[in-house]
Amino acid sequence: MKYAPIAVFAALFISVPLSAAAAGKDEIAQIRARLEQIKNLYEQRIATLEERLARAEKRAEEAVESSRSSRALPRVVSAAAPEPAEPARQMAQRPVSQALSRSPGAFNPEISLILSGNYTRLSKNPDERRFQGLMPSGGERLPETRSFNLGESELSLSANIDPFFRGNFRLAIAPDNSVGIEEANIQTLGLGNGLNLKAGRFLSGVGYLNEHHPHEWDFSDAPLPYQAFFGNSLGMDGVQARWLAPSDTFIEFGLETARARSFPATDETRDKNGAISGAAFAHVGGDVGASNSWRAGVSYFAARPRERGYEDSVSGTMNSFSGRSRTWIADFIWKWAPNGNSRYRNLKIQGEYFSRPEKGTLTYDLDSVAGGTQSDRYKNRSSGFYAQAVYQFMPKWRVGYRYDQLASGNASIGLVKSGALTMDDLPLLRRYRPKRSTLMLDWSPSEFSRVRLQFARDRTRPETTDNQLWIQYIMSMGAHGAHKF
Amino acid sequence: MRKCVEIALFMLMAALAPAAEGAVKVFATVPEWGALAREIGGERVEVFVATNGLQDPHRIQAKPSLIAKARSADIIVANGAELEIGWLPLVIQNSGNPRIQTGQTGYFEAARHVALLETPAIIDRSQGDVHPAGNPHVHGDPRNTLYVGEALSGRLARIDPENASAYREAYRKFAEKMRKAIAAWEKAALPLKNVPVLVQHKAFSYLESWLGLIENGALEPLPGIEPSSAHLSEIAARQAVNPARMVIYPSYQYDAPSRWISERAKIPVVMLPSTVGGTDESGDLFMFYEDTIRRLLKGLEG
Repeated sequence: MKYAPIAVFAALFISVPLSAAAAGKDEIAQIRARLEQIKNLYEQRIATLEERLARAEKRAEEAVESSRSSRALPRVVSAAAPEPAEPARQMAQRPVSQALSRSPGAFNPEISLILSGNYTRLSKNPDERRFQGLMPSGGERLPETRSFNLGESELSLSANIDPFFRGNFRLAIAPDNSVGIEEANIQTLGLGNGLNLKAGRFLSGVGYLNEHHPHEWDFSDAPLPYQAFFGNSLGMDGVQARWLAPSDTFIEFGLETARARSFPATDETRDKNGAISGAAFAHVGGDVGASNSWRAGVSYFAARPRERGYEDSVSGTMNSFSGRSRTWIADFIWKWAPNGNSRYRNLKIQGEYFSRPEKGTLTYDLDSVAGGTQSDRYKNRSSGFYAQAVYQFMPKWRVGYRYDQLASGNASIGLVKSGALTMDDLPLLRRYRPKRSTLMLDWSPSEFSRVRLQFARDRTRPETTDNQLWIQYIMSMGAHGAHKF
Repeated sequence: MRKCVEIALFMLMAALAPAAEGAVKVFATVPEWGALAREIGGERVEVFVATNGLQDPHRIQAKPSLIAKARSADIIVANGAELEIGWLPLVIQNSGNPRIQTGQTGYFEAARHVALLETPAIIDRSQGDVHPAGNPHVHGDPRNTLYVGEALSGRLARIDPENASAYREAYRKFAEKMRKAIAAWEKAALPLKNVPVLVQHKAFSYLESWLGLIENGALEPLPGIEPSSAHLSEIAARQAVNPARMVIYPSYQYDAPSRWISERAKIPVVMLPSTVGGTDESGDLFMFYEDTIRRLLKGLEG
């Protein structure tokens, strides 16, 4: 019931602007459409006439040119006449574009395909990876294996559906040939008053990096907090409302009510009416002079996982958690480029902090292989952050450094407190601070291709340090990618 | 949870508040069309220009500040021909502003009203970052400002019908002044006719076609691709056979490749304002063309 307010307001958002718009808009839309038709008709006629005129002019001009032949007469007529006769000849240039620019681009719908792949060299087997102290998020593991890996191939289609809606569709084809719908959503265009609604499958607007697709990441893999707290990114099946404040400073609020598709929720198997999980976020941003721009935000995500199972990879027992899970995120990004011209040099500094309080019941040994299933209270607050800087020091070349760290928190585990178990029975949850340092260098011969070399020193488990080397390519074809901030 | 409720209430109240009235808010993507909107709109418009003359217009991002500005705009005056394809669609989609969506009265593209040059026969990225519609840098030819201005005055008249005649009148005055100026510039620029030049980026095609300059080659092997030393050597070698008189580059680019060629070929380097505000002397549209021609003529002197 805790999410009822979110649901009510989301419902209000959907109903208020639409109903207000529906009455007057129908008529206006009809008139508009009619006007548009008339306009197009006349423009076509004019274009045809102009084209004819152009051909005639061109012939005439060619005749004149050839008659002048060798004489280097200035092309400019105005030298002689004070009021130049150029309108006519400019007319001659005009219709060509009328015809050409009528097609808004080569791609409709905008189709793009991302290809990526990598070669990795890891000093430890990726199967042994774990974040000590944290329940595993079950997210996609990157890199998949050592040596050669095909990356995700991403196919996306998007277009305006009509003047009121836009549609986005993105498929990810994993190297094991499984196909997943990453995004399939519609988005309003015409609500006005800074309001935007999105429905369907989308990436949640929480945090900064969450809405960025893997090919837009500055490093080959997601920062540790994203891996640990969302299994790389928080996906939603639901509704999102965003509202942009009418001010020169960027101020945006967002609400989402959805079936969350990622850890820490277990909504995919939930069967219930109404709201399941919810998120809220606020972002502010702006410029400082011509050279700097920034954005900062806070986000909140609430879910009620039910029997969220995990395997303790150290002891081999299956355990599960049920209860309340909340996630707070603070994010910040600062971009600098001399005079705002990012072509030659630019610097990007970003960081995000995650905090996750969870409260509920921990059930031990689901399969009764270690002395029988037992349940008791569980309460913990885990956290994590990353901070990174990426510097383009000359065209095509960028260098970046990232530091990320997680904190398992000091869990209060009822089963241990009561003496039923000791921490030796729950080795994965033993306190630890997983850390990692990552260095990368990438080369982008054009806006559509990138080759990256990355080195990471991964200390996410106490017994060992994993040195990871990546060589990765990411290329895009088709529609021009968006320059997201 | 209470916070969420408060935020939601605030959003609801603000969403229902009526929009403010006043001057027509123009969101110009590039300085040249911002300057033109000022010429035609005068006091009746409030112009915001998203980029400046020292920025590479191809590489702008959908910054938060731009999204915030687009939310309250009455009209977007874009260049079009895909110059802003990387960022403008994103800004418009996120603005929550129905007036400026593509296809609405509040969305204006300058390049739709002029003839585009260099429309590619093959649209393939092996040819670099080509714009399928043609070369987008149309403001190089001042005659294009007349077409764009005429269309823009018509559009402003539709958005602000009360002042329709004022926009038309302002355009008439602007056109008269511009035609006279064009005549004077063409006269002054006569020595530039048929002068062969090298360009760093293909940003001057319209200027060249207006003044009759001949482009001997571009230092960027393909649009948007940084010059390689091999390509530069090739261009330098071409100088022996087909010498260019100067090498020109736009104000938002580094001069290193142009300087290199300049030293090899012993020809002057000329930096041209890429748009209004690209140099200190190009504060408005008229000053922009004047400064361009002045710099070219100076380059010709050696």
